[in-house]
Amino acid sequence: MSTMNGMVGKSVKRVEDKRFVTGKGKYTDDIILPLQTYAYFVRSPYAHARIVNVDTGAAIDMPGVLAIYTGKDVEAINGVPCGWQVNFKNGDTMKEPKHPLLVADKVRHVGDAVAMVVAQTREQAKDAAQMVMVDYEELPVVVNAAEAVKPGAPQVHADVPNNICYDWELGNSKAEVDQAMLEAAHITSLEFVNQRMIANAIEPRSYNAFYDEANEKYTLYTSTQDPHLIRLLMSAFVLGIPEHKVRVIGPDVGGGFGSKGDHYAEEALLTWASQKVGRPIKWTAERSESFVSDAQGRDHVTKAEMGFDKEGKILALRVKTYANQGAYLGTFGPAVPTYLYGTLMQGLYTTPKINVDVTGVFTNTTVVDAYRGAGRPEATYLLERLIDLAALEMGMDPADIRFKNFVPPFDGTNQPGYQTQVALLYDSGNYEGVLRKGLSMLGYDDFRKKQQEATRNGKLLGVGFSTYIEACGLAPSAVAGALGARAGLYEMGQVRVQPTGKVTIYTGTHAHGQGHETTFAQVVADRLGIPMADIEIVHGDSDSMAFGMGTYGSRSLAVGGSAIVKSIDKVIEKGKKIAAHKLEANAGDMEFANGKFTVKGTDKSISFGDVALTAYVPHVYPADLEPGLDFTSFYDPTNFTYPFGCHIAVVEVDKETGKVELKRFIAVDDVGNIINPMIVEGQIHGGVAQGIGQALFEGAEFDSNGQLTNASYMDYCMPRADDLPMFETTNQVTPCPHNPLGAKGAGEAGTIGATPAVVNAVIDALWSGGHKVKDIRMPLTSERVWRAMQASVN
Amino acid sequence: MIPVEFDYKKAISVEEALEALSSGDSKLLAGGYSLIPAMKLRLNQPSMLIDIGGIASLKGIEEEDGQIIIKAGTTHNDILNNDLIKTHLPFFHEAASMIGDVQVRNRGTIGGSLAHADPAADWPALVLVAEATIDVVGTGGKRNIKAADFFTGLFTTALAENEIITAIRIPIPANGSRMVYLKFENPASRFAVVGCAVLRSSDKKTTIAFTGVADYAFRDTAAEQVVSGKILDTNTIADAMNAAVYGVNVLSDNFASEDYRRHLAKVYLKRALQAIA
Repeated sequence: MSTMNGMVGKSVKRVEDKRFVTGKGKYTDDIILPLQTYAYFVRSPYAHARIVNVDTGAAIDMPGVLAIYTGKDVEAINGVPCGWQVNFKNGDTMKEPKHPLLVADKVRHVGDAVAMVVAQTREQAKDAAQMVMVDYEELPVVVNAAEAVKPGAPQVHADVPNNICYDWELGNSKAEVDQAMLEAAHITSLEFVNQRMIANAIEPRSYNAFYDEANEKYTLYTSTQDPHLIRLLMSAFVLGIPEHKVRVIGPDVGGGFGSKGDHYAEEALLTWASQKVGRPIKWTAERSESFVSDAQGRDHVTKAEMGFDKEGKILALRVKTYANQGAYLGTFGPAVPTYLYGTLMQGLYTTPKINVDVTGVFTNTTVVDAYRGAGRPEATYLLERLIDLAALEMGMDPADIRFKNFVPPFDGTNQPGYQTQVALLYDSGNYEGVLRKGLSMLGYDDFRKKQQEATRNGKLLGVGFSTYIEACGLAPSAVAGALGARAGLYEMGQVRVQPTGKVTIYTGTHAHGQGHETTFAQVVADRLGIPMADIEIVHGDSDSMAFGMGTYGSRSLAVGGSAIVKSIDKVIEKGKKIAAHKLEANAGDMEFANGKFTVKGTDKSISFGDVALTAYVPHVYPADLEPGLDFTSFYDPTNFTYPFGCHIAVVEVDKETGKVELKRFIAVDDVGNIINPMIVEGQIHGGVAQGIGQALFEGAEFDSNGQLTNASYMDYCMPRADDLPMFETTNQVTPCPHNPLGAKGAGEAGTIGATPAVVNAVIDALWSGGHKVKDIRMPLTSERVWRAMQASVN
Repeated sequence: MIPVEFDYKKAISVEEALEALSSGDSKLLAGGYSLIPAMKLRLNQPSMLIDIGGIASLKGIEEEDGQIIIKAGTTHNDILNNDLIKTHLPFFHEAASMIGDVQVRNRGTIGGSLAHADPAADWPALVLVAEATIDVVGTGGKRNIKAADFFTGLFTTALAENEIITAIRIPIPANGSRMVYLKFENPASRFAVVGCAVLRSSDKKTTIAFTGVADYAFRDTAAEQVVSGKILDTNTIADAMNAAVYGVNVLSDNFASEDYRRHLAKVYLKRALQAIA
């Protein structure tokens, strides 16, 4: 994008990093309040069991114990709500069983909270929690979504028949798609699992709540991605306390990845209990607790078919997915496998007929909700696996088959947006551009020669492609509302110009690693022509900001940044009136550039700082103008934004052990206009590492008893630097045509694009050695790859 | 994250540690990289920790009478960077580089690792093929345990409850010996799914040991017999692979099933033999 004062498009170092790298970040657990007390939760060791009795008698007499609460104590309180409604095909509302703050009747997943102990110290709370005696009567368990819908499967909730939360479809009718499939020369079919992921933010969830009796006001410090949303949900939907008497603060937060977007039962419980105990109560999850109580991600069981004509043109796509929602609905739970998944089934292709059918299912597992990418990685994985596999099956080149099917370039201004078969209207795109760029970085022709040489030398070398699109910048409120959102998804941005010309920005988005304090300040510095040092970005406090919807869905810059721009425009407009008055000119003749208001065609000017001072010391001032220079704006986008890109992985597979070595990873991402290239690159790197993690290393393993068998870092494998090659990243820029920054969002691109590229590369490597394997279950551990080779004829 | 309450005593001598060890439900703390996590998970709840990490006589690496003596409290990192080790026992140097990460290597000790006897730890395979002896001292006096007799089960050793390992004595391999340690790591824990150590003298006497494969590290005498005295050609190596891991109860877990682990052990034996052929 064109920069006004050279601050946009510049890799400014992150201003927030001084406090992070010197250990001066202030996280919720760092906050110790006067008379602080601590909570510890008694959690179920069983995935499904009736609670026969809870005996707190021994625990209550333990040293330091102030209170113990059980499910019975909170039976009259509402559960934590779901923020998104998905309907059954027949129009019935989804099943929405209560998600209680503490369970009274039966536990539904390992980690379900049964009791909360409050004590003077963390240690005392934990020791006492171990003395709470719970009698359980074990019940049969179901963990797999496709199994849970079968007749006779254990019932997670008595009032949810067959554990079906909703069944939902989108796109063309089944009959139309079936008809189109009949005309296909080739159908590529794949049955696969998109495995359960655990977010593993480095900062565990942490809450600290207190009640100020004199002012009748609650305060909650919380490791959240969306403080205002938590305040609204907790005050109005759970506790029934007045919203204006609740302050929610999200201080520094160490990573969210979607899992900190939910309103959790523990937040409400601590807030409620802080009034009863009369002292502040803090709880910070232990890592073992995070594994079983943080909202998890993905977990789809899918059958998908893609029909092609004999030239490789896609004719139809048919998708059936069983989406595991876990034991209860998360805040965004049902939206993820429906409106953030089914709507992306067009991909980058001109597929004329698409039907996607999703059944949302309850199981005896931890809640599933948004996890970086949320729905879009699952859709991309499906499409990109199918198209690469189709190329192998049809003997076509995986790049050629994509070029044949891409939607042609359109800028959304001179050419209209692209209307998909699955509700969305793409804003702008140049899909062949990113693939061409990727192929050139790879040196594609040369690679295929190397691959043939490797085959001759008995090695397995493979390349995998992923050309993805995502819907970001959540979201136009009217569209979101029509799709079932129970909230608007606009954003607030306030620009407060101080009398000395320094600027404080209040944003309703929330940074938990993204670098908003830098990127947003660059936008403001560029537009106002003032130094970044004169700008402070403030976020995360419901008493400071008018409102906010928080950060998720790669929305902060596209939506939150646009709200700030709206307020800057208002500041400049009012500034012109003040300047015009001082310079005895007409406001209409004023222009603002380089931090100065100038009378057009003259050298008469006044600086931004002088205008600011005049606004607050209005001695020489327009009669009809209010003092002050402070504007709050709400920006509601007119469409989603649609970043896209091309990711390419090169792998070598060890024939004897099945071990996959990732040799190269190329990412060409088009995220629209870029404010800070370094921060975008950082977001891509982190996302790609996480996407590779899903492909090769990570995945929750629940056994048939619903026990998470890899609930520690000794077993749950996070990707590490030495597992990864140096990433080769670049950008293409197709501006977003409908927001003032032209930005599309970069936070999730990596996880969306990377996963299928890596898996496709492994499949390609195996085919190069004659192993015609269609699928290997993620993560592609060495044993799974080895077994796939053993099972296929060489 | 929070262990149960315990007492802590920092011992300044082996004698003092032994005295403390004889009273009550106490545990020795060396580097703590296995014990502390287990205590934080409350899997282990000793009433007292005796910290032997500060005992000077338990640190250092020396050469004496054709042996390398590694004192039990020597960290993995000190082994990694030691010149005697690099010169005489290069595979100890390699193995040390594969243990955990920098933090683990800076704290963890060889004595602690051997006493803990994790089935997937690296050192057991090396002390077995090097035919080391483990010096221990207890209230009843000193004794030396052959490495071959030391590992007796899952997290179980020949060490008595009130004994402390003081040193590991490793005969310096004869000139012209070749040695290698290869490890297929669990990608999460970086412990050995399969670790294979081989030591072969110039007269072709060969010792082979595996770690990670079974409840405890073991010498694979069947495979040793196949290769000892023979040239390591393709056929001999194939025969060794066939003979290896025979009759062993192979471990199985989320990451590697019994079949796969057995297969990996054979592949890693092949690679180890090829590396020193």
